[in-house]
Amino acid sequence: MVQAGSKNGFKAGVQDYRLTYYTPDYTPKDTDLLACFRMTPQPGVPPEECAAAVAAESSTGTWTTVWTDGLTDLDRYKGRCYNVEPVQGEDNQYFVFVAYPLDLFEEGSITNVLTSLVGNVFGFKALRALRLEDIRFPVALIKTYQGPPHGITVERDLLNKYGRPLLGCTIKPKLGLSAKNYGRAVYECLRGGLDFTKDDENINSQPFMRWRDRFLFVQEAISKAQAETNEMKGHYLNVTAGTCEEMMKRAEFAKEIGTPIIMHDFFTGGFTANTTLAKWCRENGLLLHIHRAMHAVVDRQKNHGIHFRVLAKCLRLSGGDHLHSGTVVGKLEGDRAVTLGFVDLMREDYVEEDRSRGVFFTQDYASLPGVMPVASGGIHVWHMPALVEIFGDDSCLQFGGGTLGHPWGNAPGATANRVALEACVQARNEGRSLAREGNDVLREACRWSPELAAACELWKEIKFEFDTVDTL
Amino acid sequence: MQTLPKERRYETLSYLPPLTDQQIVKQVQYLLDQGFIPAIEFEKDPLPTDHHWTLWKLPLFNAVSPQEVLNEVRECKAQYSDSYIRVIAFDNLRQCQTVSFIVHKPNATRF
Repeated sequence: MVQAGSKNGFKAGVQDYRLTYYTPDYTPKDTDLLACFRMTPQPGVPPEECAAAVAAESSTGTWTTVWTDGLTDLDRYKGRCYNVEPVQGEDNQYFVFVAYPLDLFEEGSITNVLTSLVGNVFGFKALRALRLEDIRFPVALIKTYQGPPHGITVERDLLNKYGRPLLGCTIKPKLGLSAKNYGRAVYECLRGGLDFTKDDENINSQPFMRWRDRFLFVQEAISKAQAETNEMKGHYLNVTAGTCEEMMKRAEFAKEIGTPIIMHDFFTGGFTANTTLAKWCRENGLLLHIHRAMHAVVDRQKNHGIHFRVLAKCLRLSGGDHLHSGTVVGKLEGDRAVTLGFVDLMREDYVEEDRSRGVFFTQDYASLPGVMPVASGGIHVWHMPALVEIFGDDSCLQFGGGTLGHPWGNAPGATANRVALEACVQARNEGRSLAREGNDVLREACRWSPELAAACELWKEIKFEFDTVDTL
Repeated sequence: MQTLPKERRYETLSYLPPLTDQQIVKQVQYLLDQGFIPAIEFEKDPLPTDHHWTLWKLPLFNAVSPQEVLNEVRECKAQYSDSYIRVIAFDNLRQCQTVSFIVHKPNATRF
């Protein structure tokens, strides 16, 4: 420790972080915000000192002592590292648990929480890598957020859709269609039996299709399909834009033409814009679909960044009725448990700590509405039994190529998926195991649905082995 | 290749062939097993935006067997044969409707 003494009691200099910020005897309070980091210190840096630095740099600390520390009560405001445990099977990696006092955070601002927790600290020199694995939001803070504009149960009530997953499809090609041709693709999907179609994330307002033209042709498609099928329909109109003013202008227009749901990219758009839009959606009765472009940039590396479960929790507080969550099918087993862990964090009211599912803290949402997980990408009818089994009713299954790639076109493709979905729901409710009999269920339905039969012939049958993973 | 015919639908299970009584019983058994409260709704010419169809009597709070629900469906069908009929269910703990499926479509053409 380097110190310069002084007669008036202030000792300038650099002090070990652990003296102030490593408090292994501390018992976290119910009102504390808790965070778990996966920390990789630089070689030679003791884990306790590095962990204390994480706590310090993400709360009150700075690298040197300052005289104004004497004007505040550091014990009231400092973050505390209360536990450091080695990560099993990894060399020089630790789970670091930090408790932050409630007063460090502004009410209702996810932006503020993230600026603190994943701000400067991630560039800290003593760290080789750092990943934010989970956050426990205290109920006291949760209550300052309004969360999803409507939530799962209200969405179902608004749309008259119960007892089954919802069905969607992203319109392709993702770029280059004219507004009128785009509207036709939407109409054909919706009339075939989908509940929703979706703008791709990078469709905003390009020269080939300006947003206002798209909104109008799509809304006409929705109305026509709704009148013909007698079911409620929607299309996620992407209002993501270069400025908040432009975003709100598009949202206002969407409301004016009577569309039921709009869409935002929360991560590229930013949490402040997202929270503003979510509040507006609640006040104006529009559902809000959330895309997650850019998430993999921060959540893909195991040892550095932010785990998606944290982004999902933050989005739930910021506000969104749907959020993309991955499809699970075709991936590794571990991914299934971890995915279902954060799916629970998206839609349940109370989630128990469960390390095997990546849930580091028990989270009580205190009746904050749930977010519907969206499974999208690379899936087709043969995946349906597995998807219904894994995600259950409160989910939105999106077949892009799996609808538009049907040999007879969008509408029969949509019907094939809807028939497959309803056959699976019926079978599940009758007590049949979709894991074992799912393919039989589809083959039976092929006998009376030519649309499904054509789809099942085009795409390859898949075998799923569920039994082993259920032991996790 | 075929063009998809235009057909009016009535939400969950309306893309399946009409349910037989036995199939209805199995669906009702499922919702009773979940602890849900069954009820029956009917409407002559429902619009997609009609959130409420007319309630047949009251929800069957004390139903223990699916047969009781099926009997009510039959009675409703006998009295309102030109109406669409669906079985719905409520979860009083989550305070919401959780189930709805169509059990009678008058004059359906395809299935």
